[in-house]
Amino acid sequence: MENLIALLVAAPLLGAAVLLCGGRRLDRVGHLLGTLLSAASFVIGVLLFTDMLGKSADDRTFTQHLFSWIPVEGFQADVSFQLDQLSMTFVLLISGVGTLIHIYSIGYMEHDERRRRFFGYLNLFLAAMLLLVLADNYLLLYVGWEGVGLASYLLIGFWQHKPSAATAAKKAFLVNRVGDMGLSIAIMLMFTTFGTFAFAPVLKAAEEHQGGGATLTGIALMLLLAACGKSAQVPLQSWLGDAMEGPTPVSALIHAATMVTAGVYLIVRSGAVFNASPDAQLVVVIVGSVTLLFGAIVGCAKDDIKKALAGSTMSQIGYMVLAAGLGPIGYVFAIMHLVTHGFFKAGLFLGAGSVMHGMNDEVDMRKYGALRKYMPVTFVTFGLGYLAIIGFPGLSGFFSKDKIIEAAFAKGGTEGWILGSVALLGAAITAYYMTRVMIMTFFGEKRWQPDAEGHEPHPHESPKSMTIPMIVLAFGSVFAGGFFSIGDRFLHWLEPVTEHSHGNAPISATTVTAATMVVLVIGVVLAYLQYGRRPVPVAAPRGSLLTRAARRDLLQDDFNHVVLVRGGEHLTRSLVYVDHTLVDGVVNGTAASVGGLSGRLRKLQNGYARSYAVSMFGGAALIVAATLLMRAV
Amino acid sequence: MSAAAVHSLWTTAATSPLKEQISKIDAPKIEYGQLSPTLIVIGAAVLGVLVEAFVPRKSRYYVQVFLAVVALAAAFAAVVGLAAGGDGTTKAHIAAMGAIAVDGPALFLQGVILLTGLVAIFTFAERRLDPEAHGNRVDSFAAQAASVPGSDSEKAAVKAGFTTTEVFPLALFAIGGMLVFPSANDLLTLFIALEVFSLPLYLLCAVARRKRLMSQEAAVKYFLLGAFASAFTLFGIALLYGYAGSVSYATIADVVDGSIQNIDPALADTMGNDALLLIGVAMVVMGLLFKVGAVPFHMWTPDVYQGAPTPVTGFMAAATKVAAFGALLRLLYVVLPGLRWDWRPVMWAIAIITMLGGAIVAITQTDIKRLLAYSSIAHAGFILAGVIATTPDGISAVLFYLGAYSFVTVGAFAVVTLVRDAGGEATHLSKWAGLGRRSPLVAAVFAVFLLAFAGIPLTSGFAGKFAVFKAAAEGGAGALVVVGVISSAIAAFFYIRVIVLMFFSEPKADGPTVAVPSPLTMTTIAVGVAVTVVLGLAPQYFLDLANQASVFVR
Repeated sequence: MENLIALLVAAPLLGAAVLLCGGRRLDRVGHLLGTLLSAASFVIGVLLFTDMLGKSADDRTFTQHLFSWIPVEGFQADVSFQLDQLSMTFVLLISGVGTLIHIYSIGYMEHDERRRRFFGYLNLFLAAMLLLVLADNYLLLYVGWEGVGLASYLLIGFWQHKPSAATAAKKAFLVNRVGDMGLSIAIMLMFTTFGTFAFAPVLKAAEEHQGGGATLTGIALMLLLAACGKSAQVPLQSWLGDAMEGPTPVSALIHAATMVTAGVYLIVRSGAVFNASPDAQLVVVIVGSVTLLFGAIVGCAKDDIKKALAGSTMSQIGYMVLAAGLGPIGYVFAIMHLVTHGFFKAGLFLGAGSVMHGMNDEVDMRKYGALRKYMPVTFVTFGLGYLAIIGFPGLSGFFSKDKIIEAAFAKGGTEGWILGSVALLGAAITAYYMTRVMIMTFFGEKRWQPDAEGHEPHPHESPKSMTIPMIVLAFGSVFAGGFFSIGDRFLHWLEPVTEHSHGNAPISATTVTAATMVVLVIGVVLAYLQYGRRPVPVAAPRGSLLTRAARRDLLQDDFNHVVLVRGGEHLTRSLVYVDHTLVDGVVNGTAASVGGLSGRLRKLQNGYARSYAVSMFGGAALIVAATLLMRAV
Repeated sequence: MSAAAVHSLWTTAATSPLKEQISKIDAPKIEYGQLSPTLIVIGAAVLGVLVEAFVPRKSRYYVQVFLAVVALAAAFAAVVGLAAGGDGTTKAHIAAMGAIAVDGPALFLQGVILLTGLVAIFTFAERRLDPEAHGNRVDSFAAQAASVPGSDSEKAAVKAGFTTTEVFPLALFAIGGMLVFPSANDLLTLFIALEVFSLPLYLLCAVARRKRLMSQEAAVKYFLLGAFASAFTLFGIALLYGYAGSVSYATIADVVDGSIQNIDPALADTMGNDALLLIGVAMVVMGLLFKVGAVPFHMWTPDVYQGAPTPVTGFMAAATKVAAFGALLRLLYVVLPGLRWDWRPVMWAIAIITMLGGAIVAITQTDIKRLLAYSSIAHAGFILAGVIATTPDGISAVLFYLGAYSFVTVGAFAVVTLVRDAGGEATHLSKWAGLGRRSPLVAAVFAVFLLAFAGIPLTSGFAGKFAVFKAAAEGGAGALVVVGVISSAIAAFFYIRVIVLMFFSEPKADGPTVAVPSPLTMTTIAVGVAVTVVLGLAPQYFLDLANQASVFVR
């Protein structure tokens, strides 16, 4: 059974290879093949999962060694896989949600002539992400990590004829490179400190605090930098919004099943390293809380439905990072929220895609309104996702988010109070912006108008291939949280890998739940008062200073431009100056003097045999003299 | 001794009891089997002379080419047979009454000389490059070498379709001398071998079909300076005989070591006089340095390389260097190991000025043959660095380098013969501009050779240079290695400049054309490329071979 692990990665990888190398003749079946292989990966995952459930909690780590990748004396890199409860969770999420998105894409990309290539990229994305979560060492994880970066670049820029898409892809790639540097430095530090980069020995060494606190903190911070890049956490968050330029299924894939979850996986997988460094953990929770608010505020101001959802993703991942930063109190809940978020965020994105599909690719929510009548299935599934994300009692988000808020309070001390309050505030803002999205899209009066060419949109329900994945995901959004939480099923499942402790909560769980309910109601009511009671203006009002800043993503790009781009340009210019004057001066000076010497020596070669003979005679005399002199000395 | 006394000696010897004494002299014992490579080549050369005398003019070319190729191949087979039979390692010994050593280095270098000689002979035999003259195919050599350039007799010879087929026996004689040179085990054999391979080379330089005046000038210069250097060598030999009372390497080495105090009372005044030893060594070594083209004895190299017919240049650039370095190695490692603290500093200095001098002056060259000449000077410096290592690794590194270098050289000069315009070979560098666009294959092949000269990885040049520098560094010559690397960097400039010129310049309107050669030259170039690439990609087998062959017999 364990020998099937490699197939999890191999199936979508094969799909990518066949679809990308196969050429036009596969155009007619490419999407089906891609979907089939993705589904195959999911089926294998389920088989392994049932096998794993049959074993006792201590025997649930499967390993498979494929081959020695770089066998050098002190440097042993293997291609081998490790499938434990944590990896299993990710495998099911990635292949399951991934397959649903594949199915959805069959309909969504129907009229795109490069659909085969699109499915090839999707398969590549899945393969890279599965490799990432299945690797048993950091070096192989890095391969998957880079593969994810590549696939995301290809997919975000899939509509490369649009300059904005090409730029967005480049931006995502570049920002991710910063994080990748962090990961590679972390791996180098691990190797020099522990002499290995396989998970088991590294984590064991970190538990024993080998290598000293400063080194461990360094490794942890570099891992965090890597996680920030992939998971779009402050300060590397700027690519996420622009990444909406990709086709909507890509957004769903990036936000729900792959890519952004990689950072959370990395932190949880490296838990022992973070546990050994409280300083690094503090940085993690700060990053998480800042991003949580950052994303939520941005989400409130966006009129583009996908960008509003992107802000929401940033914020929800912030919750997960916050939970992961809490240590053993929060690891399990970080992953649980990740899974439930996978369901409802994928559902929301697919819903948004469905809306766009019916609205001539219009993304401005101010030009929607009253769509519930035209798209009943989309409305219901989107609505269930909405209820789940704001934490409506009984739905998925309620259970997972509530646990994180509790855990934040349970951190204890002033820190616990601050983190808990931030998490609560975030919940309120979430309720606010999601209600805003819901009302602007599905309620109120219809606000759409003919486009520039006079085509009036004819909102309609999407085809079955699109609605069925949405319905399946809606089920997940409704029931997953409850299923996981009742009897602490998920906790017991994951505990052997991540460990768990309860912390010391200053206030009872019931109080926290009650407070969450209160802020939830406040958020919903505020949004209703602002958007439900009054007609939504088609042109966006100027808005307050904060609104305008939030529309510009809280000035993230301006900051990057002023600090990084300008600074970089100045640095480059001064280096070029040094290069031109100093380095080139030395190089050219040397070259010129060697050339001059050459020209002068060349004149000795005058063509007269007599001069040559003199030179030989002189040389012989010198040799004789030198030999005698050597003896005399 | 008066004439009468001599007369009486002769007459008495015939009748007196002395006759008995004389008849007791043993006939010299000659190991024909072990000397067979040399004997085959020399024998074929003598046959070649007979061919010139008796075979009709029309068929001489074919007979000579056949004879030369068969002889060289047979001699190579003999070398391989000897090596396989253990003559290079366990059964190494000194043959021919102490005159010739048959050991690993000798057999290795003989093999290299024979193979390079063989592929060089193919370029000698090439007859498709020049346009036909009066309906006759012509090669690189003058119709009649003795005719005055531009004279009526020359024109008549061309019209009659004469060719200088003597070049084949001459080349065989030269190769025969080269085979003896690295295996000579006494100073007289060394000197005779030197003359046997030098004299044919002087002649070969003079017989170019095109630019005959330049060719003759080169030959005269080479001959004058070569004679000058030979005189030094011979005088050095005399001094060494005065020092040791013998010309045998083994005896001289023993006297240097001090294990023989005195063998001949008549030499009591001079034996063991260190001044004689040092001066003698310096002068013999100088003669060898002249042959390898080390600074300051290198001045002949550019002029001769440029003037000689290009096939001859390729042949002597490769084979002479192999033979001369072989002789130098044997002299320094067999005769003078006890003296290494005296010769090492001087050789250091020579190696440094040779590496730097060759590389620096090459920068401003505008003729491809002169450029390659200076490049060969720089390479002589690199090989000297390995010679100086005075370790077994040094020997094997030098052997490997020589093998690698000689094939690159023959191949590179063979490519030079292909690039032609109305005046024959277009050797001025400006004419090579844009060659890569017109004849990408030829330019790419030449680029491979240039990269090998420059020592770029994946070519034999890198493996050789690495081996030599490694040996030198381990032998305590780290500073030399630094100079070597700097020189390599300088040298890389002009090699790569040619590549840039070929591939990144606009071709000239009146540029040269690339002649399509016969399979002969193609074979030469193909072998050159193959050896260069194989030795670059998988040098280990050949390094091991050189390693096994690195023990001198004493």
